[in-house]
Amino acid sequence: MKTIVPIGPYHPLQEEPEFFTLTVEGEKIVSVDVQVGYNHRGIEKLSEMKTYDQSTFVVERICGICSTSHPFAFVQAVEDIAQIEVPERAKYIRTIIGEGERIHSHLLWLGLAGHFLGYNTVFMWAWKLREEILDVMEILSGNRNNYGMFKPGGVRRDIKAEDIPMVLKKIDSILPTLDMLKKAVLDDPVLQARTKGVGILTKEAAINYSALGPTARASGIKRDVRKDSPYAAYDRVQWDMIVTQNGDVFDKLVLRVLETFESVKIMKECLLTLPPGEIDANLKTIPPGEGIGQHEAPRGECFHYVKSDGTNRPVRHKIRAPTFMNLPTYKSTVINQTISDVTIILAAIDPCYCCTERISVLDTKGTKLYGGEDLVRLSQAKTERLRKEMGVK
Amino acid sequence: MGVKLKALLKSPWVFHMATGSCNNCDIEILDCLTPRFDVERLGILLAGSIKHADILLVTGSGNRQSMERVKRLYEQVPKPCLVVAIGECALSRGIFIDSYNCPLPIDKVIPVDVYIPGCPPRPEAIIAGIAKLIEKVKSKA
Repeated sequence: MKTIVPIGPYHPLQEEPEFFTLTVEGEKIVSVDVQVGYNHRGIEKLSEMKTYDQSTFVVERICGICSTSHPFAFVQAVEDIAQIEVPERAKYIRTIIGEGERIHSHLLWLGLAGHFLGYNTVFMWAWKLREEILDVMEILSGNRNNYGMFKPGGVRRDIKAEDIPMVLKKIDSILPTLDMLKKAVLDDPVLQARTKGVGILTKEAAINYSALGPTARASGIKRDVRKDSPYAAYDRVQWDMIVTQNGDVFDKLVLRVLETFESVKIMKECLLTLPPGEIDANLKTIPPGEGIGQHEAPRGECFHYVKSDGTNRPVRHKIRAPTFMNLPTYKSTVINQTISDVTIILAAIDPCYCCTERISVLDTKGTKLYGGEDLVRLSQAKTERLRKEMGVK
Repeated sequence: MGVKLKALLKSPWVFHMATGSCNNCDIEILDCLTPRFDVERLGILLAGSIKHADILLVTGSGNRQSMERVKRLYEQVPKPCLVVAIGECALSRGIFIDSYNCPLPIDKVIPVDVYIPGCPPRPEAIIAGIAKLIEKVKSKA
């Protein structure tokens, strides 16, 4: 007998609202469906209403956890249109901020994963450690979360030389605790029993679903924008791409913990080798054209497309967040698992629904889905009707 | 002050609701529960169900999809209940004021007792806001 288990939209499981429909047969999941849209704010449209400098702040507020990833990709798209080279120092500062975000995002996920598994100690430890990184970000950018560091052509704020020793000391101080956390998490037999072999995403499935970021790398796919098409200062520092093979929740957990260490390494090296010079290329006008920007966000590749007509506003701004690609992998990972494992599998891709929000227009019966062309046709038909009614030719 | 309200202020349980936010305020609310800020020592606890909550924390700019649900949730809270709007979006819709999907600020939908500004407000500000709310209710009684 099939039973439907609804989860959400407002539930204590995750901080964002989203609605899951799980169809179960006994304990086993037969099918899963996810419904989003509770966070939709119309960012792409808003961005087209604002100037390039203002849009950077709008895209920063797509998601609080990825508040560097979106501006990072957006400014690169704008620079791609203008075909300008960003000063070396600005590239390093961007890399430092980007990696700082990755550390705090992975620690946040680790904490939440611990919480979902019933290990509230892991939650408390990871979030306590995260505070240190937020302090570092506050020293560097002046804010804990929305850094406001990016602008097309460079960065808004320089890193002061006298801040660097303090920042390095703070980063070094978290390493022993991070190491302890890594050992405690990875050697725990209960944690292994709960996550090993659970929610496996095979390599084939990951390729078929075009999974991105840690979700793909945990399935053995070497895919990382930072290595594949280096930008900012990622090709100037030494670091390794972490890849694990099994694709289960445990591998995703291991991968994120190890990636945190790599990020610490990148951040430290960038801070130590920060070149002197300008931080802004003084981008004044944006020529007509199209540009793309990519950034490896903590959850995967974040992609922005911007089209310019030579004015100070983008005519089209398209955003593809990593969760949009990772979300469909649920169809492969959740099916045939037990309902008690669902929470951690759903959380394993580190979903970010704020980034993913799309809107769909349904007719009043809720059956027909309208696409962009249909809506334009409906709109034109209405004008035609009004014209006839009003007798205007 | 009624017995119910007096009991509520001793250890207010909060329920958190995101009505179309960017996660940041929500993360900062969760941050308040973790070791550095640890609001549990003040008796503040995150409730899993709206029916156990005394204070409703609302974040986000309130979009069309969630507005109906905010109303419905507010009807379900056992009264007396206090409402705190957290973050610039919940106060005035902030940067999303021009959006086609954010028609009304939260306080036009449900009554709000305390506003905590910031994008996002720091955990200290959230704790101070809750403390001020308790002061306000006490001084009114």
